[in-house]
Amino acid sequence: MSNQEKVDCGRRRLVIATAAVGGAGALAVLVPFVSSMLPSERAKAAGAPVEVDISKLEPGQMVTVEWRGKPVWIINRTQAMLDTLPQLNGDVADPQSERKMQPQYCKNEHRSIKPEILVAVGICTHLGCSPTSKFKPGADEGMTADWKGGFLCPCHGSTFDLAGRVFKNKPAPDNLEVPPHMYLSDTRILIGEDKG
Amino acid sequence: MANTNFEKYKSDGSLAGNLLEWVDARFPATAMWRGHLSEYYAPKNFNFWYFFGSLALLVLVIQIVTGIFLVMHYKPDASLNAAGIPVAFASVEYIMRDVPWGWLVRYMHSTGASAFFIVVYLHMFRGLLYGSYRQPRELIWVFGVLIFLMLMAEAFFGYLLPWGQMSFWGAQVIVNLFGAIPLIGEPLSIWVRGDFVIGDATLNRFFSFHVIAIPLVLIGLVAAHILALHEVGSNNPDGVEIKKKKDENGIPLDGIPFHPYYTVKDIVGVVVFLMAFSLVVFFAPEGGGYFLEYNNFYPADPLKTPPHIAPVWYFTPYYSVLRAMVWNFFGLDAKFWGVVAMGASVVIFAFLPWLDRSPVKSIRYRGPIYKSFLTAFIISFFILGYLGTQAPSYWGEKISQVCTVIYFAFFLLMPWYSKIDKYKPEPERVTWK
Repeated sequence: MSNQEKVDCGRRRLVIATAAVGGAGALAVLVPFVSSMLPSERAKAAGAPVEVDISKLEPGQMVTVEWRGKPVWIINRTQAMLDTLPQLNGDVADPQSERKMQPQYCKNEHRSIKPEILVAVGICTHLGCSPTSKFKPGADEGMTADWKGGFLCPCHGSTFDLAGRVFKNKPAPDNLEVPPHMYLSDTRILIGEDKG
Repeated sequence: MANTNFEKYKSDGSLAGNLLEWVDARFPATAMWRGHLSEYYAPKNFNFWYFFGSLALLVLVIQIVTGIFLVMHYKPDASLNAAGIPVAFASVEYIMRDVPWGWLVRYMHSTGASAFFIVVYLHMFRGLLYGSYRQPRELIWVFGVLIFLMLMAEAFFGYLLPWGQMSFWGAQVIVNLFGAIPLIGEPLSIWVRGDFVIGDATLNRFFSFHVIAIPLVLIGLVAAHILALHEVGSNNPDGVEIKKKKDENGIPLDGIPFHPYYTVKDIVGVVVFLMAFSLVVFFAPEGGGYFLEYNNFYPADPLKTPPHIAPVWYFTPYYSVLRAMVWNFFGLDAKFWGVVAMGASVVIFAFLPWLDRSPVKSIRYRGPIYKSFLTAFIISFFILGYLGTQAPSYWGEKISQVCTVIYFAFFLLMPWYSKIDKYKPEPERVTWK
């Protein structure tokens, strides 16, 4: 440019300062728009705990309830079902439940408060599908012959045992989540809260 | 492209002529008509593969027009009506059963979505065949890849709206993909959903993206795509530049005006396309379960995933790439690498202009190595697409891993194999029989 030497440095500085302030203002305007897409106060308030009566849940049966829009399974495991768990310690990715997918009081062999009653969020830790129960051992339900009972996620083929522990080398990285829960009485469970 | 120095239209004294002269003094109507149509010179040797650009534009118009009419009746509301059916799902059934001709408008829109991907895939394949992405057409290609990305977003957002089982669980899976990103993943997917699960907030924002945000961006990108094309001129099946040989008036010797020659030719393509399109709309709107998935005729149930879920056919190749990644690398979950691979398999198209080192553009003058790689790539693409519709299986996983490797090898090895490949000399001018 031929008029390079005639640039008024004072004005140039003012132009830069104006552009910077204007740019900062434009960026600040993004905040309300981006924030408006976060969960609303109503959505945040909707996560109330759910009370479930399990007195009619026979051994070997499962019931699904909705908590925070997610399916929560309650499974009354038989002794035969529980016996499969230690046999699978070598086949599951996190046998001792080291990763924080359960409250401290469920970090045990059966991942539950009462050994037979499993409470778990029925959402695959891979991409959020809800796995299907495949309780029958063996190939009867389309599983392999050495299948001991558990869950199969239909989306990407992850499998879980009867304590919601994910098998090794499957797409899902973690065991099924055990939600915070507590027993109000022998047969009534409160899901979503664990302190009186 | 329109030159501002274009000679303005001079009236012949008639009323219409005077009116056009008045407009031209204020708006470049004649200049645009000439620059983009009557004096835009396209190579005279376009073949079958050159129908799909204008067809993509036609489908865009179909989608916008049918979309406008669908929005008049559709309700993006996930709450349950008195009968216990989600309002959004019920409003689609209402369009199908009670709105006069609503079924036709909706089937045109749903068939249009699949038709869009068919013509765009063929349009992209044309680019691969004839090297349409090569210098000086890199930006046309990059705009095209962005259009493809926007189209995928548009299809994804639109698919949630009927609020059926596949709508719900498909969105659940794809939004959870964001959760695979380390650290920011979980908050990001909550932000996208606007809730802790897919719900009413998600449905409403997807509706907003589908009917306003993405179409606006899409139309802008299509304009940029065409402007860039008309700036440099079209490639052709011989991959030689027609602008190198011009007559005394500066008109390419192998060029013919787009209008009337190609507008008329494209009408033939439009007629054939509309015949096929109408056959699907009237006789097979579900497309055998590929255009409209049967599980989507059940209303969304957040507590129950259908036993077999698969994306709509046009996403299945990428879905297979996602599923093919089952290994943890660098302490990051396989799920993260699946997302990375799936994203990369789409974005990598944008780098083609810089990966291809061949001295010729068109497949007609390329050697056996490129032809083999292209064939292997196309076959892999189809196999991945097929496997993506199937339930996960041991062999399906192994085959999709092999196909994923071939898919990426086509792109990533191109700088080498396109250089060492044999090639035939290009002709001076386009070949024309």
